[in-house]
Amino acid sequence: MAEALAAAGVGRLVLFDADVVELSNLHRQLLHRTADLGRAKVDSAAAKLVARHPATSVEAHRERLTAVNVDMALAGVECIVDATDGFEAKFLLNDAAIRLQIPLVHAGVVRFLGQVMTIIPGESACYRCLFGAPPAPGDVPSCQEAGVLGSLAGTIGLLQAAEVIRYLSGSGALLTNRLLTYDALAGRWRHVRLRRNPACPACA
Amino acid sequence: MPIQVRIPTPLRKLTGGAESVSATGATIAALMQDLESRHPGLKERICDDNGKVRRFVNVYVNGDDIRFLDNLQTAVKEGDEVSIVPAIAGGER
Repeated sequence: MAEALAAAGVGRLVLFDADVVELSNLHRQLLHRTADLGRAKVDSAAAKLVARHPATSVEAHRERLTAVNVDMALAGVECIVDATDGFEAKFLLNDAAIRLQIPLVHAGVVRFLGQVMTIIPGESACYRCLFGAPPAPGDVPSCQEAGVLGSLAGTIGLLQAAEVIRYLSGSGALLTNRLLTYDALAGRWRHVRLRRNPACPACA
Repeated sequence: MPIQVRIPTPLRKLTGGAESVSATGATIAALMQDLESRHPGLKERICDDNGKVRRFVNVYVNGDDIRFLDNLQTAVKEGDEVSIVPAIAGGER
């Protein structure tokens, strides 16, 4: 997705990730090479992006976003893209986007299921309008036991890139007030309609 | 009057892998009971101990969120499509 954004001419990408490249990432994280195993993901990704798209400025931050640093980290960006792997981070980004009034392109993937939605703060339904709270540990399969189809992560990431490009260019219709779901096992795309929740703890 | 219920991939191990299952009931609450009798364990993944839909799961009738209809008392009829949409996150490994 970062690759698609840089290729489309996005001038500045700011990446946050505290992890290092592991073998089990390579089936879905296409910027990394086998030789990058053990390297910080943001450094590995930034190196590939800059090599191919020297006009794009890439800021690599090897840190995890938390309630303490998220507002400062994201302030000033035009659009936030959620490519995180956990519920805590998804709610954190949603709430920060609402506070900072910055559009957020949300996505989640697990196993064969992907979801995408775009949140325009103050205008469209946010992630907390849809889901009030993250599941407690044990309520959903852990990522290790669930896994994710590599090509699904790519499909969903490129859909997010298309959302960002539509938002930045002001063209087309965004995935606002609707959640796109893609079932990569049944080969089925569906939409459900979303509404702002008048009692939303984040955006109401 | 069978109603088709779309099962998201994370819950399909409870439906023998089926993407869509039939259930009967005049309301979502009745449908959930029927689903549980056909696929034991499914209801507790969708509803909490008080019978309310969990906060990280949404139930839709023909694409509309039941929270904005009559919640568990939302009426359903043959031909309606009920979908279960959970919050998802993954890929840590």
